[in-house]
Amino acid sequence: MLLNRRFWYIFEFCLKGESDLGEAIVVTSGKGGVGKTTTTANVGTALALAGKKVCLVDTDIGLRNLDVVMGLENRIIYDLVDVVEGRCRLPQALVTDKRFECLTLLPAAQTKDKTSVQPRQIKAVVNELKQDYDYVLIDCPAGIEHGFKNAVSGADKAIVVTTPEVSSVRDADRIIGLLEKEDIEPPSLVINRIRPHMSKNGDALDIEEVVTILAIELLGIVADTDDVIKASNRGEPIAMDPKNKAAIAYRNIARRICGETVPLLSLEDDSKLFNKMKKFLGIRG
Amino acid sequence: MVKNVKKQNVLIKGTKSGLTFILNDLCSFEALLEELQDKLSERPRSSMANESGFVRVKLVTGKRYLERAQVEQLEKTLTDHIHAVIDTIESDVLTKKEAEELRKNQEVNRLLKVVRSGQVVEVVGDLLLLGDVNPGGTVKATGNIYVMGKLQGIAHAGTQGNIQSVICASHMSPSQLRIADVFRRSPETEEEQSPQEMECAFVNDGGEIVLDRIQHLIHVRPDLSTIFEI
Repeated sequence: MLLNRRFWYIFEFCLKGESDLGEAIVVTSGKGGVGKTTTTANVGTALALAGKKVCLVDTDIGLRNLDVVMGLENRIIYDLVDVVEGRCRLPQALVTDKRFECLTLLPAAQTKDKTSVQPRQIKAVVNELKQDYDYVLIDCPAGIEHGFKNAVSGADKAIVVTTPEVSSVRDADRIIGLLEKEDIEPPSLVINRIRPHMSKNGDALDIEEVVTILAIELLGIVADTDDVIKASNRGEPIAMDPKNKAAIAYRNIARRICGETVPLLSLEDDSKLFNKMKKFLGIRG
Repeated sequence: MVKNVKKQNVLIKGTKSGLTFILNDLCSFEALLEELQDKLSERPRSSMANESGFVRVKLVTGKRYLERAQVEQLEKTLTDHIHAVIDTIESDVLTKKEAEELRKNQEVNRLLKVVRSGQVVEVVGDLLLLGDVNPGGTVKATGNIYVMGKLQGIAHAGTQGNIQSVICASHMSPSQLRIADVFRRSPETEEEQSPQEMECAFVNDGGEIVLDRIQHLIHVRPDLSTIFEI
């Protein structure tokens, strides 16, 4: 009987190891404040919405934010450093999301700094998570130092987040250069915080310019809306709101990660056209 | 009679630009040096040199390979006797190392890459980049640089001092150009930006880097071409 159970355990383990390995994706940018954490939270939520098992890993040790954006700060008991230093087992540190059973967060420590973990340790943690999850999203800290190396170490893929600003495009370019040296698939690009009217007057870079400079695959574009900031202050990812443009953009990104082909969202403000139509049809309000 | 006319190891010829010493490449170096000393001491001291200048000497060494120390020995002999300096050495032979270096310097290195911010690509010889140089990226070559793509970063041609080097790009909007030790910054104002056509950069007679249409290059650097007649 005992032998039989052990046999099944090993059998199951082999099956998992062979076929059901998830994908680890690092979300990085080089520059700070372009929306790495927001992107991680929302793409993670959108993937969970699509029914995938997702784990978000915050590697920004000392300056953790992902838990706040997800609204899970109060539920943290153990963190990444506790796992690495053996104070708890990995499943104990995972915080389950309020909204989705299939979405968990591995929070970063707030009291330590980046050098308290080594890249190979993160790699081991991520590899363990890949056994159980479809997607492991790794939120990378700003910069190109130790924290970046930690975050990248376990990743199979990378998403580079940039805004249509010269400085953040420059840093994204540098990061892409550094990612080329890693054992990782060619990264894809998310252009965040686009203000359509500014790109239109030529006050900001437009999408085409950014893509030409960086010369990598475009995964998605996200418009800059006030709701994104509001939602993340409330600890509720915008991706939950089905009507919001940014939410649709994040959901589209999630669909593209899953391998679907989804056309890019038009950033033009279509409310004007809609109003005109309503007027034309004689509808008020 | 015939025995007396033995083959001379050192032949001296006077030309407009100085003296040419044709050295026999079959005798021993000691014999050569001895004969040179003999011949030079026969001559009146510094007959060719004017008061201030040196006599410029060209050595033709044939198939003899001269070590650095041997060249120094020859030079010393020449300076002592006739106040001369070695201007050029014409030799039929090269060491393997020299030949290898020469080949490297002549080589066109092809590279398929987007040179990104913070990256530095450095080559010996010419660089043919099939890709862009993004702002903040740097390409360096001891020879010429050809970019088939956008050049928006820094390009440094002739890093070991070859001022004849050129930089060509399909889309020339660099942040900085350097040829040997000459610099050129991109214009600060946007109106002066270059037109959307292939351009080349070279150092003109005034010692400044100038940009011009690529079709003009034939007039300023005709030696770049390796095929002369078609």
